[in-house]
Amino acid sequence: MKSNAENITLKTSNLEIGYQDKKGVKSIAEKIDLEVHKSELIAVIGVNGIGKSTLLRTISGIQQALSGAVEIEGKNLNALNDLQRASQIGLVLTNQPISKNLSVFELIALGRQPYTNWLGKLSKIDIEKIENAIKLTSIESLKDRKCYELSDGQLQRVLIARAIAQDTPIIILDEPTTHLDMYHKAYVVKLLKKLAKQTNKTIIFASHEINLAIQICDKIILMHPKKTQIDTPENLISSGAFQDLFPKDLIHFDEISGAFRIKNED
Amino acid sequence: MQHTGKYVSILVILGLFLVALILLNISLGSVNIPVKDIFSSIFNTEVSKETYRYIVLDYRLPKAFTAIIAGSGLAISGLLMQTMFRNPLAGPYVLGLSSGASLGVAIVIMGATLIGGSFVALALSKWTLVIASSLGSLMVLFAVVLASVRLRDTMAILIVGLMFASLTGAVVSILSYFSPAAQLQQYIFWSFGSLGDLSWAEVGILAIFCFLGISLAIFCIKNLNSLLLGEEYARSLGVNISQNRMLIIIATSLLAGSITAFCGPIAFIGLAVPHLIRQILPINNHLILLPAVILGGAILMLICDIVAQLPGMEFTLPINAITSLIGAPVVIWLLIRKQKFLF
Repeated sequence: MKSNAENITLKTSNLEIGYQDKKGVKSIAEKIDLEVHKSELIAVIGVNGIGKSTLLRTISGIQQALSGAVEIEGKNLNALNDLQRASQIGLVLTNQPISKNLSVFELIALGRQPYTNWLGKLSKIDIEKIENAIKLTSIESLKDRKCYELSDGQLQRVLIARAIAQDTPIIILDEPTTHLDMYHKAYVVKLLKKLAKQTNKTIIFASHEINLAIQICDKIILMHPKKTQIDTPENLISSGAFQDLFPKDLIHFDEISGAFRIKNED
Repeated sequence: MQHTGKYVSILVILGLFLVALILLNISLGSVNIPVKDIFSSIFNTEVSKETYRYIVLDYRLPKAFTAIIAGSGLAISGLLMQTMFRNPLAGPYVLGLSSGASLGVAIVIMGATLIGGSFVALALSKWTLVIASSLGSLMVLFAVVLASVRLRDTMAILIVGLMFASLTGAVVSILSYFSPAAQLQQYIFWSFGSLGDLSWAEVGILAIFCFLGISLAIFCIKNLNSLLLGEEYARSLGVNISQNRMLIIIATSLLAGSITAFCGPIAFIGLAVPHLIRQILPINNHLILLPAVILGGAILMLICDIVAQLPGMEFTLPINAITSLIGAPVVIWLLIRKQKFLF
């Protein structure tokens, strides 16, 4: 069923990403061909500076592609206006200057902005969607708190709830597990998995938590200087794709346990 | 958003307080006028002293209206700047808007004499001052925004704003140095700020400019709420950032520029009122915040004007000094008492 063409939510063809300014074009990665489907949880993995954030920014429409195309549910991303895009892709970003004076409910309610009237008044449906997002992320007890009262882990769940309330088929998260302890890292990724299954959304996140991603994600987008590929963790392991992800002097990939290990020989 | 009823009732209380202050403001001054006679003057019935009618209709009523418009307008532009730049220190004054307006007015008042001729007569018209002031603040705000596009760092933008304030201040100094005493005095009196010099026609003109500015601000309410999450999130929610930024710039320039032209550079109100309101109303939705800030700005300005009039005395103090003298201690006291800087 997953290979069914109708279930494709996001597709890139011959995508080249990077930056363009007065000095010229700086290509970061090219020939990126991805197909992702409904209710898949996908991690974007790669070393620092490989272009994970650039890829996410490009497929979410914040940044222009250098060449190639991004299609959302069969429509070219560039053909969508600001509001149409806002109803297709929800974002969870880190290090944004969010007003910490917002209450949790207020923050999640802002996810409904693409659907409310010109004054931003919440309808009954909007309130229902907000309450549902709160329930799905199990943050009922935080609802009336102010954001400055939350821990990093709690704030991350609230930001995820906001994206759920935005009610888009695709949610993209940029390193949602940074600053979190081991338990909360696992908690957030598990939560994303649950949400992908329960809400049928495609959830794509960039992460350095490779071991976690291998265990939980449906697919992994592996970014490597030579090529960017997408596959299930099992296939990536058996094809040896993880072996040359990092320089081999310090860490190696242990195919039996399916995890990276630090070399201890010397 | 959940406790709308409570917020609306606070708005109503602020509104009632405003009405009481308007009456008090009209009643107090070098001559104290009984409230009964204020109503008699307005509704054209018998007044206990005929001069009261003249004072109320031709002097105190337009002054009260000016105070309300100026207070609300400056408070709104402060709120707009603070939300747009996501910086609690932003306001028309800090970003060099008022300095830009000062430069425009200084060039017209003092520069006109340097050029001489029929230009001098033109310079005395209030309309010229409004246009010069608005152009001045528009110019500075434009420069700040241009810098903000390249910098993207809010603290850097504030510094750029302060630099522009210094630059324009320097140009004003040079102009002052070469100006004759009469023009210099005219400019200095303008810079003290004044709410009382406006005729009804001029109050009308000011009201039109501010009405346009407030309408634009209302139009931006929803986008302002999105901006509480930062620009990246706002864009992902469908906000056209550059268009919205332009609207906010135009609204702020209309408000701060026209008020500064008619009333002189009035410090503090724009920066402080949004913070005072956030202390009273712990809310971020601009749908509630905007009317609250309008009421709060008007209230604070009326109080400052009452103090500046020194009830019972013959002379008045410059309003520009009073706004800071009253406002600054209030904000400090509120912050210390609440121990929480809400932004």
